[in-house]
Amino acid sequence: MTFPRIAGRPVARSQLADAVFELLVAALGLGVLGLAVAIGLNLAGEAGPALGQFGPAFFARSIWDPVREEFGALPFIYGTLATSFLALLIGSPVALATAIFLAELAPGWLKGPISYLVELLAAIPSVVYGLWGLFVLAPVLRTTVQPALGNWLGFLPLFQGPFYGVGIFTGGVILAIMVIPSIAAVSRDVIRAVPNDQREAMLALGATRWETIRYAVLPAARSGIIGLGVLGLGRALGETMAVTMVIGNRPEIPASLFAPGYTMAAVIANEFAEATSDLHLSALFGVGFGLFLLTLLVNILARLLVWRVAWGPVGGE
Amino acid sequence: MTSHRYVPTGNYRRRKATSLIAQGVMVLAAGLSVGALFAVLGFVFVQGISGLDLNLLTQTPKPPGEAGGGMANAIVGTFIVVVLACVLSLPVGVGAGIYLAEYGRTGLLAQLIRFMSDVLTGVPSVVVGLFAYTVLVLPLGHFSALAGGFALGVIMLPTVTRATEEMLRQVPDSIREAALALGFEQWKVTLRVVLPTAFNGVLTGILLAVARAAGETAPLLFTAFGNPFWNLDPTQPMAALPLQIFVYAISPYDDWHRQAWAGAFLLVALVLAVSVVARILGRRTPARF
Repeated sequence: MTFPRIAGRPVARSQLADAVFELLVAALGLGVLGLAVAIGLNLAGEAGPALGQFGPAFFARSIWDPVREEFGALPFIYGTLATSFLALLIGSPVALATAIFLAELAPGWLKGPISYLVELLAAIPSVVYGLWGLFVLAPVLRTTVQPALGNWLGFLPLFQGPFYGVGIFTGGVILAIMVIPSIAAVSRDVIRAVPNDQREAMLALGATRWETIRYAVLPAARSGIIGLGVLGLGRALGETMAVTMVIGNRPEIPASLFAPGYTMAAVIANEFAEATSDLHLSALFGVGFGLFLLTLLVNILARLLVWRVAWGPVGGE
Repeated sequence: MTSHRYVPTGNYRRRKATSLIAQGVMVLAAGLSVGALFAVLGFVFVQGISGLDLNLLTQTPKPPGEAGGGMANAIVGTFIVVVLACVLSLPVGVGAGIYLAEYGRTGLLAQLIRFMSDVLTGVPSVVVGLFAYTVLVLPLGHFSALAGGFALGVIMLPTVTRATEEMLRQVPDSIREAALALGFEQWKVTLRVVLPTAFNGVLTGILLAVARAAGETAPLLFTAFGNPFWNLDPTQPMAALPLQIFVYAISPYDDWHRQAWAGAFLLVALVLAVSVVARILGRRTPARF
């Protein structure tokens, strides 16, 4: 914001100081902008050799052989997408229902503590989720949930094959637990922002509590909630440590969800520090660049959806 | 008896039952979310406390197979790397936040910075690690704590920027105008009046960013790299608590698994303590972000 200034010598000096300060903070602001650009440029630059050698097919080849220097990112792209969608499939209904509970149903004395606990879930470091996933979740899934799914849905190739414990399915479950708090906490705020008139009008028509939520509250909060879901997807796509520890680390595209796989973030985490050949390093940068573009796209989409809500109240149609 | 468009048929009893079932499902979901927290925290506390001993806090790691050893160097390393991250990111983040709140409220450039800063929040931490590798590891020719601090700083930056902006915006314009009317220059108004008024809120944002950065593992893997020995030199590879937990967790040794749980307990305690302090500070200001 600018304020009118009075001419005069002492004021002129202070105007100079003001101009310098404004320039300084504007430069720092530009630094934030430049950083985002620099990340993209640096990764693309380092990925150059691998992308030059394999061309765009780098992202469509399913071979990853550091010994013979043959690289393709498809198994990792599949693993990343499969675990992330699985996470949203499991996590977002739970998160949404939790948000509705917190915003609409919970008695006042319970709202604060439960919101607080759900937000604490988001503060736990990813490596701790990984540790828990590896030693607690994976064995439990292998002995209970996976055999059960195999029994019910075993006619689908997705649910066939031996139960390893570690694999794409377990990766999806741990990611689901990790995206729940981020979706739930902000969905609650979006739901709360729906004007009370809508609820009262619906209740006055004789609707039950659930009908009020279903027909008067959720439609109004819809685009915000979808935006948060996409934001959660972005988080799941880039999540590294927890998935790295339970995914099984096999660069293949398995038919079964129970089999070990690999994700883009996980292969970088595991192989980067130990990669010896320049082409291997460059290929890992290529995977990183692909992951950067993917999350960038998803985040821009999510921000546009969430910002639409911030611009004004969206009425139910 | 009229029927509403949304509720075409149905007797009251059936609708009431549907409503009750739906509410039950939502209570169950909330229970599941909270249950997950207790499942994770419960194991970390039980396994962590039983694995905790004095060696963990005072010794450096021992070679595989030898019992004992600890994570003292990793604990100190985490503090050093996080302090480096703060030194690098706070001036830029707070400055950019001041620009957004005080100078570029509606400008196109400010909108662009705001958008890119939000997008930066979504860049995966492992990708930030790759970026830090190209900026500080390749030119120096070796891994270093400085590169780790840089990576964590980049992760903290967007959070600090947006938190600063939000909190400065909470300060009413009448306070700025009062200071200007007294003859303060605008930069002094910003630094001496507006920033101190919003101080608690800004600090809350910074602490939440620190809590997140302290638990990050992926960006440190090929920047700080880890180190089994004592090292206080920021230009050399340095151990960090999350790195040590990762390496021990995927190792085949039972004693290392015990230490991984104990380390996880320490890390969770550290991160939660910082978050709780941040929240208590934040409660004093009306705003949240």
